[in-house]
Amino acid sequence: MRLHEYQAKQVFADAGIPTPASQLAETVDEAVDAAEEIGYPVAIKAQVHVGGRGKAGGIKLVESKEEAREAAEDIIGMDLKGYHVSKVLVEEAVDFVNELYVGVTMDRGEGRPVAMVSTKGGVNIEEVAEEDPDAIAREHIDPAFGMHPFQARKVVYEAGVDREVANDVASVLTTLYQLWDDRDGADTEINPLMITADDEVIAADAVMNIDGDALFRQPEIAEMGEEAAEGDELEQKADEYGFDYVRLDGNVGIIGNGAGLVMTTLDLVDYYGGEPANFLDVGGGAKADRIANALDMVFSDENVDSVVFNIFGGITRGDEVANGINQALEQFDEIPKPVTVRLAGTNAEEGMEILNEDLVTVEHTLEDAVQRAVEYAKEVEA
Amino acid sequence: MSVLVDEDTRVVVQGITGGEGKFHTEQMLEYGTNVVAGAVPGRGGQEVAGVPVFDTVQGAAREEDANAAVVFVPPAFAGDACFEALDADGIDLVVAITEGIPTQDMARVYRKLQETDTHLVGPNCPGVITPGVAKLGILPGNIFSEGNVGLVSRSGTLTYQVVDNLTNRGIGQSTAIGIGGDPIIGTDFIGALEQFEADPDTHAVVMCGEIGGEDEEEAARFIGEHMDTPVAGFIAGRTAPPGKRMGHAGAIVSGSGTGTAQSKITALEDNGVPVGDTPEEVADHVEDLL
Repeated sequence: MRLHEYQAKQVFADAGIPTPASQLAETVDEAVDAAEEIGYPVAIKAQVHVGGRGKAGGIKLVESKEEAREAAEDIIGMDLKGYHVSKVLVEEAVDFVNELYVGVTMDRGEGRPVAMVSTKGGVNIEEVAEEDPDAIAREHIDPAFGMHPFQARKVVYEAGVDREVANDVASVLTTLYQLWDDRDGADTEINPLMITADDEVIAADAVMNIDGDALFRQPEIAEMGEEAAEGDELEQKADEYGFDYVRLDGNVGIIGNGAGLVMTTLDLVDYYGGEPANFLDVGGGAKADRIANALDMVFSDENVDSVVFNIFGGITRGDEVANGINQALEQFDEIPKPVTVRLAGTNAEEGMEILNEDLVTVEHTLEDAVQRAVEYAKEVEA
Repeated sequence: MSVLVDEDTRVVVQGITGGEGKFHTEQMLEYGTNVVAGAVPGRGGQEVAGVPVFDTVQGAAREEDANAAVVFVPPAFAGDACFEALDADGIDLVVAITEGIPTQDMARVYRKLQETDTHLVGPNCPGVITPGVAKLGILPGNIFSEGNVGLVSRSGTLTYQVVDNLTNRGIGQSTAIGIGGDPIIGTDFIGALEQFEADPDTHAVVMCGEIGGEDEEEAARFIGEHMDTPVAGFIAGRTAPPGKRMGHAGAIVSGSGTGTAQSKITALEDNGVPVGDTPEEVADHVEDLL
């Protein structure tokens, strides 16, 4: 789960990381008032979960009231790479001499957290990682002990940070690690961490991604997340229902259990000449109502011409799935889109007996089910 | 023969009094698994499906000689449950079924694991099965058959699919290991492949991977350098668009060339592993390898 910049900055500031003076604004007038109060120059920054906001016109530096109004009018309400901008952060523009990158994340290959520092801040750090990996100093942390102060200093010196600010940067990194640890962070980053002419360090941006599986013990963060949710209507609906869902460009709707099997179903739709409309994983042990919700989701995508269910039960039981499909389809006088079902594994035979074959097409193998669903989609298109 | 699980495996089920714990204990017993105990704090002295329950895993290990633990504990407590199993004397295999354990909890479990000789399979996995002998986890027993093909997979349901394709054409399995799709897992592809390579009764191996991470690429190099047993492969997620997360935490394509289906398929093929376009084609490859 990803927080907005203004939310992450609040968390950072509360923990003692220096951040520029800033105010959140939802209207042009609010933005102008905030700019007047903070004093020019200020940056007006769109609050959406999109990388490269600056290049896309979502961040503007302004020097006067007129410019502030103009920029706020441009940004509030704009469509930024598919995301509607409803909030801006109005922020003191920091006069800096250097920009650093500071981050903490989980190194999944190593199974340990890693702290990273680079003097190549202020740019796309993924590009730096790819083109010049040595420009990022890294220090792995033993999760049993947390980050020792010496480790923070070590990685800061290794990155080549100026001696005058090294201790302050190490202190920011220590705090950042502690936040990552306490708040169940996934990626936690400051890019850029600005260094001023007076050797002050200031977090000019803030990224905080939280492990969604740990939200049960992070109630304050979970609450912020509700506000941070965005995306198209269907993706929000998927969030509500708690599905792993990704919308794609095709017309064959796909519902299955288990990420690997659902991806395989997508691949097979493509292999047999169709185009997947979505990835929808109902997860393990789905009960009837969850199955009905999944069908509701896929039916609400107007691009979908045909739906294929691919369930291979382990912890999921075929009879539950069949009940869910019947339950969802019996509400309709006429089934909106043809549904093809393939059930295998735990209680699959019971499921096959329950399934109402007046409402769905039953196939017995994955290959047959996918081919049938692709044919249906082609018939609709034709 | 088999790996990880054999006739002497004596299982303690952690979380046996919960809905899933009870249901799958019954399923495991029905399959012939030697489930000797359950462990649930505060429930010591009870019985579930005829199996005695203890307050601690240590108690189950001591009283019933349990040597393997299966974790059916809810995510908030599952990390602790893994620690408990790793800490208990005599437990040399822990299979963690639970989905959704916080990653930081697993990082600490993984750290502890490095200090022990215990094998951890999972979490967020279907478990381990040696057909005809025992299953530890939630795998549907009826689709498996006894034989000489080992199987390792990051995805549970994909394991079932591929096994179904094998069984339907009369190819049995020695052991199937679902290693799980989480960012931090115990036994990884290489750990499982090492086991299969050392097992004289595993004559071929199927490795099922998916987009995200670089575990498959590393496993491919391991196969090329260290394995005589032939391996066939399958990679899910060829059609996944870059930058989108597809369920498993690891199943995200960075768009930079590594971690994509194509980079994994190429790595496998470069190391002599035929990769199927469909699960059915994987079974074709296995038939050729045997």
